[in-house]
Amino acid sequence: MGLISEKNKFVLFNPLSKDNPITVQMLGVCSALAVTSKLEPSLVMAMAVIVVMAVANVIISLMRNTIPNRIRIIVQLVVVAALVTIVSEVLKAFAYDVSKQLSVFIGLIITNCILMGRLEAFALANKPWPSFLDGIGNGLGYGIILVIVGFFRELLGSGTLMDYQIIPEICYEWGYANNGLMILPPMALIVVACIIWFQRSKDKSLQE
Amino acid sequence: MQEILSVFVRSIFVDNMIFAYFLGMCSFLAVSKNVKTAMGLGIAVIFVLTCTLPINYLLENYVLKEGALVWISPEFAGVDLSFLGLIIFIAVIASFVQLVEMLVEKISPSLYASLGIFLPLMAVNCAILGGSLFMQQKDFPNVGMATVYGLGSGVGWLLAIVGMAAIREKLEYSDIPKPLRGLGMAFIITALMGIGFMSFSGIKI
Repeated sequence: MGLISEKNKFVLFNPLSKDNPITVQMLGVCSALAVTSKLEPSLVMAMAVIVVMAVANVIISLMRNTIPNRIRIIVQLVVVAALVTIVSEVLKAFAYDVSKQLSVFIGLIITNCILMGRLEAFALANKPWPSFLDGIGNGLGYGIILVIVGFFRELLGSGTLMDYQIIPEICYEWGYANNGLMILPPMALIVVACIIWFQRSKDKSLQE
Repeated sequence: MQEILSVFVRSIFVDNMIFAYFLGMCSFLAVSKNVKTAMGLGIAVIFVLTCTLPINYLLENYVLKEGALVWISPEFAGVDLSFLGLIIFIAVIASFVQLVEMLVEKISPSLYASLGIFLPLMAVNCAILGGSLFMQQKDFPNVGMATVYGLGSGVGWLLAIVGMAAIREKLEYSDIPKPLRGLGMAFIITALMGIGFMSFSGIKI
């Protein structure tokens, strides 16, 4: 069995579309919405989640036979909290502006349901390597949605991407105006709803 | 007195956990299918928020903050334990949720049965950890304020989830495009309610 067998490929790529954590499993919605008003924090958040997710999955998977069932939630929380603390300190040291922008939401990765959900559903029952792939896959699935939402909100709301002006000056002279509504938090929900709409009309099996 | 009232009202309407910060969205979307369970979970959230915020406030100000340990001995003035904040907060919350679970099971088995799995899951409800983290950021002057903030955030959360549940009950009868049914529509409704709640944002008390 190679490192990337058919089954592992499925574990890695399925969360990107068909089993996406946000639009299908409904996990980790909270933080996905609050940080996406600009592209940059969305990228940083996605990266932080991928890292925490993959490492936490491996750790829990390594300990899966020794954790008593009754206290497993506390054990999971402690592992995740320790990892998140590390990520948060690293961000504070190397990307202070972004960490200021993300404020409490880095800390809230701990209670991000995506982590607990995957730990419960996958890492507790599988070997470390598939768990690692599952963590990366779900982190990427989460990240993709974040980046799409961040992209549209920043482009339409401020006319910039990663703080570079994208919409040319001449458009503004002709009367184009930024849609200020896109910056406001509720629009994140609408953009996600549009993604869900698009995805479910492509893939009929996901419809309710 | 006026300040306390202001914190209370602001935390319910202006800084509403769900509509302003999207905290606790996961259980918000999962439990808001009927008004009764929504109400039960809302009350449980109020309870846990109101109890954990003062505890975490005291921990933050007398143990974790830089120089907070001075009350033991002046030598500790330079000790800064704030990097432990996340772990301590989540430990307090998890143990408190466990406690509430045991209490509810003992006192009212019927409520315990109706809340089911959502009671233990409150430990990972972002609204509760979010309350503690915002409390840390807002730097309240005393523990009473922090408690009131917790109570207000809880009430705001209850208000949001019950309103959402009421709308979703009626939604059963409406004709929505197939791909939008369920989750998609729930998102759009939350967004519209959020825009509605933004009208409170200019209010000063």
